[in-house]
Amino acid sequence: MAAKFLPYLLAGISVGGQYALIAIGYTMVYGILRLINFAHGDIFTVAGFLMVYATASLPLTVSIPLVIAATVLLGIAVEKVAYKPLRTAPRMSVMISAIGMSYLLQNLMWYVTGGLAKQYPALPWISDTVTVLGCQTKRVTVITPFLVIVLVAALVTLIQKTKIGMAMRAASRDFETAQLMGIKINNVISFTFAVGSFLAAIGSMMYFSNYTAVTPTVGAMPGLKAFVAAVFGGIGSIPGAVIGGFLIGICESLIKGAGATTFSDAFTFALLIVVLAVKPTGLFSENLTEKV
Amino acid sequence: MLEIKDLHVSYGGIQALRGVSLNVPDDKIVTLIGANGAGKSTLMRTISGLVKAQSGSILWNGQELLGKPIDQIVASGIAMSPEGRRVFADLTVVENLKIGAYLRKDKAETEKDLEWVYSLFPRLKERSWQSAGTLSGGEQQMLAVGRALMSKPKLLMLDEPSLGLAPIVVREIFDIIRTVNQQGITVLLNEQNANMALKVADYAYVLETGTLTLSGTGAELLADENVKAAYLGKKRADRA
Repeated sequence: MAAKFLPYLLAGISVGGQYALIAIGYTMVYGILRLINFAHGDIFTVAGFLMVYATASLPLTVSIPLVIAATVLLGIAVEKVAYKPLRTAPRMSVMISAIGMSYLLQNLMWYVTGGLAKQYPALPWISDTVTVLGCQTKRVTVITPFLVIVLVAALVTLIQKTKIGMAMRAASRDFETAQLMGIKINNVISFTFAVGSFLAAIGSMMYFSNYTAVTPTVGAMPGLKAFVAAVFGGIGSIPGAVIGGFLIGICESLIKGAGATTFSDAFTFALLIVVLAVKPTGLFSENLTEKV
Repeated sequence: MLEIKDLHVSYGGIQALRGVSLNVPDDKIVTLIGANGAGKSTLMRTISGLVKAQSGSILWNGQELLGKPIDQIVASGIAMSPEGRRVFADLTVVENLKIGAYLRKDKAETEKDLEWVYSLFPRLKERSWQSAGTLSGGEQQMLAVGRALMSKPKLLMLDEPSLGLAPIVVREIFDIIRTVNQQGITVLLNEQNANMALKVADYAYVLETGTLTLSGTGAELLADENVKAAYLGKKRADRA
């Protein structure tokens, strides 16, 4: 019995880690702008395509940092184009802009790729097959959870111990007073998008090493699930997003293992409905003092 | 020296300031008194760069402030403690103070100023590791003032520092205002507690619906019949 579920558990932990990395991007942006950045899942997909195109002509040692840098710049650009002009607009307008940005990115990808699925490059070492406790899996499956933990630890240190982290925490509660301290709010927001996109780029490398076909809409589902993970964990909370990501990944995978693959996606969204109905603030609700 | 000339500001669809001109000379305490909605906060928020002016000028040591970004205004030596204290509730007391020094690069001096703020407000030192949200209203006000002082300002603007505080705490805050002023910091003070404010003020202005209606030394305004009637809760002599 245990042997039967072990591969699913491993796969679940791995995909959960990938959801967690995307979910952090949602939750951080929400924390500072009170905005669900619907384009975040598409940024994740763009990172996938960038990797496909970069590795076509460049060695991995160049393309990996290049793709990460380009994804970070894309995240910052999305904020500058779609959200910054709406800083004082009602939240609904910004949300509509986010949805528009999401479709824009998707359609740009259709346009550039012609809609054909692209084969994600095999990354040496992490795409290799290894045997863990008697079951065969890709090394990325094993590495992902550890990588996620390291990245989250680094992120928490950044937020708790550094000056920019302090500025982020201040700005996430009170823009105006943060500005009175001399904090350049736009820089803090750009930085937040940069961090979120950086993690999405890493997440995309992990994810597509497992599911190797990249299409313009392939990021929509993991994006949505990461969003559910962020809501489940309590949107605005980084530990919440991480735990939510792992939990959803593991549950989904175990449901597949039980032979109910058809229902694995339904489970995630049913979970969203239950959370919104029972505890809308999620597991680790931050004490939401509405911004003035 | 802060020189405001013919300042017009529209804020939230209201003409909040209609041609305000006033001076804040160096090393003085200048206070603005006036009813709620008279435009006192708008004036401070315009000086600090949070609100854009329609016309007029704000000269700070000869430099035009209007149109400058907020961080440059802070860097030029103007700090503001906003109305309602607005401490960062999730940050600890010491983090709140450090964020007040956000733009400063002189680490050793900043540390000294932290000790200086602690000496002004010993209670903040006792509670330095508490999150600011757990402080009492008076302590939060002290923190807001301390946070503003951490930027090493030449001009300290305090927007309604006594709002909602017990009289004994108000007195403490006003003592500190006097102390920092004696240490060479110019103070611009918005107050509804006109009695306290006029007693510490070197110079005072009365703001009514966006225009200055009266000015004079603190003592002069304290003695003024109109001020007494309108802001000090005393009846006019001729009606008594």
